[in-house]
Amino acid sequence: MGSAAVRPKIGVLAVQGGFATHLAHLNSAGAAAVEVRTPDDLVGLDGLILPGGESTTITMGIEAAGLEEGIREHHREGKPVLGTCAGMIVADRDHLGLIDITTRRNAFGRQLASFEDEVEVEGIDGGPVHGVFIRAPWVETVGPGVEVLAELRGHPVAARQGPVTVVSFHPELTADDRIHRWFAGSASAAAGNRRAGEGEEPGEQAERRQQD
Amino acid sequence: MAEEATFRVKTGLAEMLKGGVIMDVVNADEAKIAEDSGACAVMALERVPSDIRRDGGVARMSSPRMIKEIQASVSIPVMAKVRIGHFAEAQVLESLNIDFIDESEVLTPADESNHIDKFEFKAPFVCGATNLGEALRRLGEGAAMIRSKGEAGTGNIVEAVRHMREITKGIRHLGTLSSTELPTAAKELGAPLELVRDVATRGWLPVPLFCAGGIATPADAALMMQLGAEGNFVGSGIFKSDDPARRAKAIVEATTHFNDPERIAAASEDLGEAMPGIEMSTLGEESRLAGRGW
Repeated sequence: MGSAAVRPKIGVLAVQGGFATHLAHLNSAGAAAVEVRTPDDLVGLDGLILPGGESTTITMGIEAAGLEEGIREHHREGKPVLGTCAGMIVADRDHLGLIDITTRRNAFGRQLASFEDEVEVEGIDGGPVHGVFIRAPWVETVGPGVEVLAELRGHPVAARQGPVTVVSFHPELTADDRIHRWFAGSASAAAGNRRAGEGEEPGEQAERRQQD
Repeated sequence: MAEEATFRVKTGLAEMLKGGVIMDVVNADEAKIAEDSGACAVMALERVPSDIRRDGGVARMSSPRMIKEIQASVSIPVMAKVRIGHFAEAQVLESLNIDFIDESEVLTPADESNHIDKFEFKAPFVCGATNLGEALRRLGEGAAMIRSKGEAGTGNIVEAVRHMREITKGIRHLGTLSSTELPTAAKELGAPLELVRDVATRGWLPVPLFCAGGIATPADAALMMQLGAEGNFVGSGIFKSDDPARRAKAIVEATTHFNDPERIAAASEDLGEAMPGIEMSTLGEESRLAGRGW
């Protein structure tokens, strides 16, 4: 992000799972990261991460906390969403429906089959990403308009549809923060465009926000 | 080239269990109830700790058949317990494709001197601890997650509070020491110096720290999270209560929203009776499980 860019405010769903490490990566990538536990926490976000964890637990937690409508609203406004591992499942057609894919849970097997491997991810420069796959899902089917960004062992493990990106591994479990930087950058760009569209300079918006 | 069973892959699963509740279950029906109530994993065992306490005798690893039935009934991770030092039980569990092994003081110890060499296994291990030195000794043997021991099967949170405070106080203390003082601290803790240095630098354990042993109510779960636990194990507290499904949901809710007393109050309404509790002073030294292991 350049100096003129908006510092994006990015929420990490903190219902259950590996949300704390995402927050740390986002902060080091220059974003203002916040935990999302209630609908109020979704207000004013420029981006949202759905972290890894147990997808059944997270899905129930979203419902119990009444977060579903707020997340859909975030998506309707065209704001970026990144789903990692369980977050990819939560975002799919059978759950929140943010991306037109279906997923297979624990597709690579139970914990003893969990692994680390190098993954070439389209749009992430600088060589392959070191992927940590924990009881990981893969993408089973993709609808039209969904772009597959990475494959492993013959199955898609990263995909994108508009502002929604999903990966079946855990970029937050390695020191490599390229995916978080990329996501913070796209949240910043989208926020800048939105604010320009509202007839306001990004700087003014940022200033106003600081006063809030 | 893909690598399996690295330490990062082992602690990775522990990371994904954070903010969640791991529930003791004794059969597939209970496992299903736990999953449907929002458990992030289940612990398969023959008898919950309060029954082990009541029945006495030798408590061992669960039967493979029961573990398989539970694995077939839920999609969340399935953990199981082995006796302290009983590496053959751990080998059996690993052959069953278990997701996590708890080397547990709740079962009758098999070795009074040695814990399992957990680096030898592909499956990740969680171990109990009553203080920082004990936690670091388990990490030195390869544990991928630490939990408080508490006093299992009592429905009394006092020991878990003691252990969690001991562990976090120990961590804070290391942070105040100079590098010159760390070797002496390691000697006093009876813990590997490398791990002592690591904890002093990070200000936390290199693996997740959960609470176990005595949680019976949603408020107990919230208390432990506020004291620094990153997730909760609940044993007898759920299936020995009046309404396990509702209590399980309420404890899950309290673990997520541990800083929101109004939500915890709402979740705590109409739960029926909690499990009966045991006051510590009525528990003889020989009945205390936390003293098992070193």
